[in-house]
Amino acid sequence: MDFQLGPDQKALRQGVRELLEGRFGRDALRAAADRAETPGEHVLDRTLWRELGAAGFFALRLPEAAGGVGQGLPEAVLAFEEAGRVLLPGPLIATHLAAGTVPGAATGETVVTAAGPGLVEWLDESDVVHGDTTGAEPLAVLDPLTPLHRLPAAPDRPPTDTRHTLLVSLLTAAEQLGSAARTCETAVQHARTREQFGRPIGAFQAVQHLCAGMLVRVELARAAVYAAAVTADPTDVAAARLLADEAAVRGARDCLQVHGGMGFTWESDIHLHLKRAWIRTHRAGGGTQSEEALADDLVVGPA
Amino acid sequence: MDLTYTPEEEEFRARLRAWLAGALPALPPRPSPGDWPARRAYDLGWQRRLYDAGYAGLHWPVDAGGQGATPTQHLIYLEETEKAGAPYVGANFVGLLHAGPTIASEGDAGQRARWLPPVLRGEEVWCQGFSEPGAGSDLAALRTRAWRDGDDYVVSGSKIWTSHAEVADWCELLVRTDPDAPRHRGITWLAMPMDAPGITVRPLRTLAGSTEFAEVFLDEVRVPVTHRVGAENDGWRVTMVTLSYERGTAFVGEVVACRRVLAEVAREARKNGRWDDAVLRRRLGRLNAEFRALWRLTQWNVGEAQRTGGVPGVGGSVFKLRYSHARQELYDAAAEVLGPESLDPGREWTLDRLSSLSYTIAAGTSQIQRNIVAERILGLPRGR
Repeated sequence: MDFQLGPDQKALRQGVRELLEGRFGRDALRAAADRAETPGEHVLDRTLWRELGAAGFFALRLPEAAGGVGQGLPEAVLAFEEAGRVLLPGPLIATHLAAGTVPGAATGETVVTAAGPGLVEWLDESDVVHGDTTGAEPLAVLDPLTPLHRLPAAPDRPPTDTRHTLLVSLLTAAEQLGSAARTCETAVQHARTREQFGRPIGAFQAVQHLCAGMLVRVELARAAVYAAAVTADPTDVAAARLLADEAAVRGARDCLQVHGGMGFTWESDIHLHLKRAWIRTHRAGGGTQSEEALADDLVVGPA
Repeated sequence: MDLTYTPEEEEFRARLRAWLAGALPALPPRPSPGDWPARRAYDLGWQRRLYDAGYAGLHWPVDAGGQGATPTQHLIYLEETEKAGAPYVGANFVGLLHAGPTIASEGDAGQRARWLPPVLRGEEVWCQGFSEPGAGSDLAALRTRAWRDGDDYVVSGSKIWTSHAEVADWCELLVRTDPDAPRHRGITWLAMPMDAPGITVRPLRTLAGSTEFAEVFLDEVRVPVTHRVGAENDGWRVTMVTLSYERGTAFVGEVVACRRVLAEVAREARKNGRWDDAVLRRRLGRLNAEFRALWRLTQWNVGEAQRTGGVPGVGGSVFKLRYSHARQELYDAAAEVLGPESLDPGREWTLDRLSSLSYTIAAGTSQIQRNIVAERILGLPRGR
């Protein structure tokens, strides 16, 4: 057993991090958020989308013979973790999962979205839509960078592809993990430098303990998400999802708290992390479904 | 990232399983928790069996008499022994997990030859003389004094929360040898024989009703200078070696145990109808996520230790923080499933619920662990 990142995986993560921080750094994020507030403006950056395609982000798991990068789920999880760190917008997961079946998805020429339970993200800006979106109504939504449509309740809707749902849940957990790691780092950085009462606030135990709690949640979620990427086991994915959702939502909240009044402003990026984390908790059945699956596992699984 | 075990690791697991299947039915019945002499005999008997079968000191280095197992083999050992219901390390806890590894790492040849084999063979029991009434989590505040008198140290003071003190042969003792030095610098690590004149052991009753630990009073106890491990006044560094073991792999088997208990709690809930309560059912589901993730974190830390060749260091604080709270939540959920029956102290889960209250305190409180995480891992400024 060697449950650690290999050299190639570390290099991949570093490569994706550099690409995203260079191409979608803080200024780009804020510019996109501002643009999203202007009615009629397109938010999805098609140029960036094609650059992601060229870098292999969408074709990461396609076999090399099919023009892909030939990597597996662990590598995809590392890439989506990086996307979560910078709050990369767009229907990334649906497009990634469509690579190889929808022409142009792998290269980022075609933007693909998919209907989830009750919601669909980026419906108007996507070229191809998977699933039934009849009766979709636009929903005013907190996060300027995640346009949403609400889908009518449809009890006779055919059951969604479970493998697809599993992958959406796992890659969502990876994004949550990246966001949680980023808000933890942001809080620690602020606590080291921001002075109150004549000393850095990070010297106060109350602030230290908030930050320590954030790291503990990140590390536990990381172990769970990486393990789920290796096993692709549905119960492992459900566990990873619960812990990653918790790490992202509570991490953003605690980061906001460490920032005090500044954290409550629009200029701070923290609310963008919190809002996106909230939206991600609604994907693929959310926490309730994960908890029920994990409860079932206790009575049907091995003792 | 690989979670599959190598053929050699699987072979090790199969051999261990087969041996456990033969060894466990031959065990005598478990003694009652209050009967310390019987507990000592039971735990030492199990240790002797492990020794004879070549499993004693599995993760100790070979030159210290151990088996030199890899961290992964040690993980498999802890997982399989717990799954098979083998006895807990019990009275041998301090000798095998604290004092032994410390002597193996910091002791001289004579000390290693004198103290290590009896621990491995199940002949001697150690206890830990670290905490004092005024120095618990703030260990460096300890005041028990030792001064040189010829070839001996003369020790006076008192220790508290000393597990197994009633039946221990040796105590890993921290004493202050230079009261004028900065508080981390004047401490020395001694091996004190528990039958020396001047030692009084007074058992302490826990909230669970049992006597798990004791106060130890030291009145001019003479300890030979040759019993000092490491240099005089260098005991703090020696102690940090010990603590890295304590916070590292000490809880691995317990995560396996918690996963087993959680499955039993779920089965009980199915039996008594509480499973139909969606809130409770989902709470059990969330605990399943918790303990699965803690197991993955264990595997991650073992993978790291295996690569670096080191012992798990302060990273253990991250694990201990989450685990100790999850364990308490598990037994709270068990009580919810049992209903009023959970108030009966004769129920196993009730006793375990009570004992779980110590996990957020022992080996450094959660508050101290958070300070360690904040200052040593996250690099926040030292505070108070």
